[in-house]
Amino acid sequence: MFTETPFIRRKRRAERIAQCFFAGMAAAMVIPLFLIIGYIVIKGAPAISWEFLTENPRSGGAKGGIWAAIVGTFYIVFFSLAVSAPIGVLAAVYLSEYARENWFTRMVHLAVVNLAGVPSIVHGLFGVGAFVYFANFNDGKKSIIAAALTLAVMTLPVIITSTKEALAAVPRQFREACWNVGATRWQTIWRIVLPNSISGILTGVILQVSRTAGETAPVMLTGVATYKLLESTGLFLYHPIRDQCMALSMHLYYIATQANNVPAATPYAIATVLVGVVLVVNAAAIVFRIYLRSRKKW
Amino acid sequence: MPVAQTMKIEVEDLRTFYGAKEVHHGISFHIEPNEIFAIIGPAQSGKTTLLRAINRTLEFTPGSRMTGTIRVDGEDVKKTRSVYELRRKIGMVAPLPVGLPLSIYDNVAFAPRAAGITDRRFLDGHVEKCLRQAALWDEVKDRLDSLGTKLSGGQQQRLTIARALSHQPEILCLDEFSIAIDPVTTMRIEDVLKELKREMTIILVTNLVQQARRLAARTMFLWNGEIIELDSNEVMFGDTPKDRRTYDYVNGIFG
Amino acid sequence: MANSSEKRPSRGALALLSERTIESLIYVCGFSAIIFVFGIFFFVFKEGAPFLTKLNFTEFFFSKEWIPTSTVQPKYGIGALIVGTVSVTVVAMAIAVPFGLGAAVFVSEFCTGKVKESLKIIIELLAAVPSVVWGFIGLSVMSPVIIAVFHVPVGVNLFNAALLLALMSVPIMVSIGEDALKAVPDSYREAAVALGATRWQMVYRVLIPAARNGLLAAVLLGVGRAIGETMAVLMATGHAVNIPDSLFDPVRTLTATIAAELGETSHGSDHYQVLFLIGVVLFSITFVVNLTADLVVKGIRKG
Repeated sequence: MFTETPFIRRKRRAERIAQCFFAGMAAAMVIPLFLIIGYIVIKGAPAISWEFLTENPRSGGAKGGIWAAIVGTFYIVFFSLAVSAPIGVLAAVYLSEYARENWFTRMVHLAVVNLAGVPSIVHGLFGVGAFVYFANFNDGKKSIIAAALTLAVMTLPVIITSTKEALAAVPRQFREACWNVGATRWQTIWRIVLPNSISGILTGVILQVSRTAGETAPVMLTGVATYKLLESTGLFLYHPIRDQCMALSMHLYYIATQANNVPAATPYAIATVLVGVVLVVNAAAIVFRIYLRSRKKW
Repeated sequence: MPVAQTMKIEVEDLRTFYGAKEVHHGISFHIEPNEIFAIIGPAQSGKTTLLRAINRTLEFTPGSRMTGTIRVDGEDVKKTRSVYELRRKIGMVAPLPVGLPLSIYDNVAFAPRAAGITDRRFLDGHVEKCLRQAALWDEVKDRLDSLGTKLSGGQQQRLTIARALSHQPEILCLDEFSIAIDPVTTMRIEDVLKELKREMTIILVTNLVQQARRLAARTMFLWNGEIIELDSNEVMFGDTPKDRRTYDYVNGIFG
Repeated sequence: MANSSEKRPSRGALALLSERTIESLIYVCGFSAIIFVFGIFFFVFKEGAPFLTKLNFTEFFFSKEWIPTSTVQPKYGIGALIVGTVSVTVVAMAIAVPFGLGAAVFVSEFCTGKVKESLKIIIELLAAVPSVVWGFIGLSVMSPVIIAVFHVPVGVNLFNAALLLALMSVPIMVSIGEDALKAVPDSYREAAVALGATRWQMVYRVLIPAARNGLLAAVLLGVGRAIGETMAVLMATGHAVNIPDSLFDPVRTLTATIAAELGETSHGSDHYQVLFLIGVVLFSITFVVNLTADLVVKGIRKG
């Protein structure tokens, strides 16, 4: 039998220490997150009730629920997506299917990278300059549409990057087979490339929903009010051009830092709802991705 | 030019490049109508690139370029009226079978549909005809709706041939079609090719010397982007080809 | 010939027209990213530009007096804000770089199969937590903990915000860092193991030097993220204009200042314009950081 020399034993131990060390590094990032999220949920969950979700905030947010904020977030996400998803998908199609390797394409790539890196607050300033005052949708005042467009520009790189990855996953030989039989670039894209990457594209769009729903800084400059007293609890609370809206993310900020006489559990409850929405959407995207991977066509 | 009229494909002083790398160093040859023309040679000799230059799909590779002239039916491919027409005139079968992720039916109907045909009755008949020509009809006629990508390798290769025939080409290019399929299927496809020769010109790129010998009337030996020898099969596979390297390659002494 | 072209029908004019239209749309959308980057710079600069004539550059960048709302003599010095941003970022990176890269090494070199998949999913979820939630965590969860553990009077301070930023920038570092490590050819690993190196030595002597550029890019992107972060630092730094003496002093960052004050200014006022100029400064800093990161990444691809 093989005998362990002290050298080998030492080496083994070093190996195990290395593994534990790096596992510890990863754990140090992951475990606090679980503890914190767990803590928030435990403190927030008791305050979440049907009334909390479906009633509008009253008394400056101290009483009532968060319905108006939920609807506002939905409005912003919806309009923002309606603009950025088509532009982003087409831009990705350009980059992956049409662009030639030249300085211009390089510029576009750089622009996408930089657009992704511009701080969210600067996007907010852009939104103020471009959509609130220059486009002037609402007479120099903030509006839902301005906020949605700001977020659309901001999340454009997300959708471009994810769509590009989805398109790149379609094997090149499929494209070549199409070109060989005399199909144009667009016919190839429309009949083969897009149908076979639509799942990946949709996953990207879903992820974008979660990113858009959580944003605070840009929308607070361009279209979100801290507090609005609303009577109706229907779906059509706001006019997309003439109104500002409330939003979940902004509501959390406002309740946590500025509102008075708020029950201690309320901010935790809002945070729980916001994190819940974002995580559920993300988890949905991940499940969707795994499911689609399992039924690939080739 | 009366001579040009009788030639299906004429290549003059063709040079192709990927970036700075020159693939073909100025080659010239011609292919007659309704012949089976074989191109043999070791890997990296520029066989595939030659086919891609002829149907102008080379330009999809970034950094590629070509000089010289290629004429198909007397028309310069670089100045052709419609590159899509040109590609439809040429059926292309790649080394590895490519079933598009569509149904078997849609795989074969893809090219006619791309060309603007929507008449369902015509398509039905046409799909059947192409699948029959590719000797695949009997195996798939009951499951035309199943995915082309789920067929076996040999079936997919015949599906690829059916698709290449679906746009009624006048020239059929086969690029090492037997590389991924079994010998029995290979023989079946070879029989198909002998049939098709009556209707079209066939360019057969192969690394199987014996396949070229079985099927072609003339064979070209391409090596490192140059034509070593081009002649009738009697000469190429006989005892006295003009170039010693041809003899060595054909008889397996090098390559 | 005439015969053969007869049997090839051509596509309808409508089909061709719609194809042309959609293709031009694709080109326009492809260029949109460039248009937006220029648009952002243009509009942010345009709103702030009028104040440039009144601006004393030395005072703007180096004075630590930020008293924008004074009715007597408003002062617009962003020195303290820059120090705030830099100090928070530096402390955050001091925490995030070792942990982020360590986690990247763990995911890429020590995990396989299910564990790796789940860790990557968890990291993806970590990246999805909105920044305002991080801010809230800093404000109401970490602040009491910091007071209790370090016996300091105020829990919202430089350290609190830096800790949050570290947690926030780890996901991007892990994912980019893992890509960089994945790009190191397996033959390097095999060679190291064949020479009798432990995995510890392999990571140190082989992987980290080989993936140097990618890891640097990962760090730079983390830096970019930390500099640009707004809500978390607004809520967790204490938001006091202050040059910090210790880790537990409150500070204020460039981003948080814009977020907190823009709503209070009137369109076109000096204060409003200065806030946009801060936006220009932020834009320029992150532009340089991201450009560098991109060039570094391109550097690895070329080998």
